[in-house]
Amino acid sequence: MDLELMISSLPKLLSAAIVTLKLLSASLFFGLFIGLLFAILRISKNVLINKFAYVYSYVFRGTPLLVQIFIIYFGLAQIEYLRTSFLWTILKEPYWCAIIAFALNTGAYTSEILRSAFQTIKPGIIEAGKSLGISNKIIFYKIQIPVAIRQSLPAYGNEIILMMKGTSLASTVTLMDLTGVAKYIISTTFKPIEVFIVAGGIYLFMTFIIHNVIKYLEKKYSFQ
Amino acid sequence: MNIFKKTILTVLASLFLVVNTNADNIKIGTEGAYPPWNSKDAAGNLIGFEVELANELCKIMKHNCTIVEQDWDGMIPALVSRKFDAIMAGMSITDERKKTINFSQGYADEVASLAVMKGSKNEGLKTLSAINLTDISADEQATLDTLAKAFKGKTIGVQTATIHQNFLDSGLMGKVKVRTYKTQDEVNLDLAAGRIDAALAAAVAFTDYAEKSGKAVVLTGPTFAGGDFGNGVGVGIRKGDSKLLNDFNAAIDKARDEGIISRLAIKHFGFDASM
Repeated sequence: MDLELMISSLPKLLSAAIVTLKLLSASLFFGLFIGLLFAILRISKNVLINKFAYVYSYVFRGTPLLVQIFIIYFGLAQIEYLRTSFLWTILKEPYWCAIIAFALNTGAYTSEILRSAFQTIKPGIIEAGKSLGISNKIIFYKIQIPVAIRQSLPAYGNEIILMMKGTSLASTVTLMDLTGVAKYIISTTFKPIEVFIVAGGIYLFMTFIIHNVIKYLEKKYSFQ
Repeated sequence: MNIFKKTILTVLASLFLVVNTNADNIKIGTEGAYPPWNSKDAAGNLIGFEVELANELCKIMKHNCTIVEQDWDGMIPALVSRKFDAIMAGMSITDERKKTINFSQGYADEVASLAVMKGSKNEGLKTLSAINLTDISADEQATLDTLAKAFKGKTIGVQTATIHQNFLDSGLMGKVKVRTYKTQDEVNLDLAAGRIDAALAAAVAFTDYAEKSGKAVVLTGPTFAGGDFGNGVGVGIRKGDSKLLNDFNAAIDKARDEGIISRLAIKHFGFDASM
């Protein structure tokens, strides 16, 4: 064990962890909107809309994240037409390719989490609203969405942690996130164990924080 | 003996066999993604200059060799942790690597070069045709300055953990943005897609790609050797494994004398890259 290397690589890895956090927060931000939108589409009574949302979540949950990020990064770049369009300014950057892949992926999972939360809302809550003469629209925005979000907190916390670990795949498209920098240090020191232990420790610490924030939110917004 | 005991013993015996590599059964690690040094055919079989050379060297050493595949960025750690006994993966002999592993004498050498897409502003740069970084002359420094000016702030792609990355990181070419890739294939893809302004690798890696893909990748600037680019490509061997090191050195001598290395080099590179 090379303790000196572990200590000297810590600052570099910590600043790389900021890139990881940026990727994570951007993906979660866009993913939450995508998830909410598709959860609402999923409970739609229109068969076409419903099927469209179902196929989206089926495809993105049914294929590996690595494949998705490769298709978006290396795959789309093969299409001549795309490279001459305005989309290329976004797709040219590995950072945005990673965020698009992550957001679409976490969006699919989030839509399923929110959908099941919508469907398990007790009918009594909605009926109570109706009996007070509140309009359907307000019931949806002020009762169903907040209750569904609360219901899905534990599952969503899990999704955040999974996504946080998923961001390590950003290193496969040249981004210098926590895993990317760890690999870079290994490429000059040839000591994978030491460096990956430190990187793993940082991931674990981030999980610890996310876990506790979710636990706090669960308690704060508990129904009791 | 009951079946349970039997199974346990078989498992233990097989573990024992894996750990104790017989001196005459050696495993050689290669990347299989760096043509023409080493690559894979459509069926997934390892092919290329080093695969054929490894088989020839093993014949001379009278060792039983198996060639195994290993991702480039884990090559040296895999050798150190005994996943295999020797590296033949277009790995240049550098001082940095020598801190961790030993190298046999070099068996082949070829130069590195920058590549850009046809039509790039930096196509056909006016520089020396070749520079050696071991002892930089005034003319060579002028060429480096030209390159630094031409590529200032540009993004250059390289495969990770290579001599090419070390050279760009050293700052001899000034301030460029270095983007690292897991394989040379990915560097080529992004160069062709226009995500990076230039790429640096073995010159043959680009000419090989241009020929096979039909993409307009062209070499530019000088060819590089010496300094960060090391002293030829050799067989990487664990420190302390001196018997294998001597075997390889003797076999390379013999293969060179018999013209085997030259013949294979001409076959795969199109020129005599042997040394």
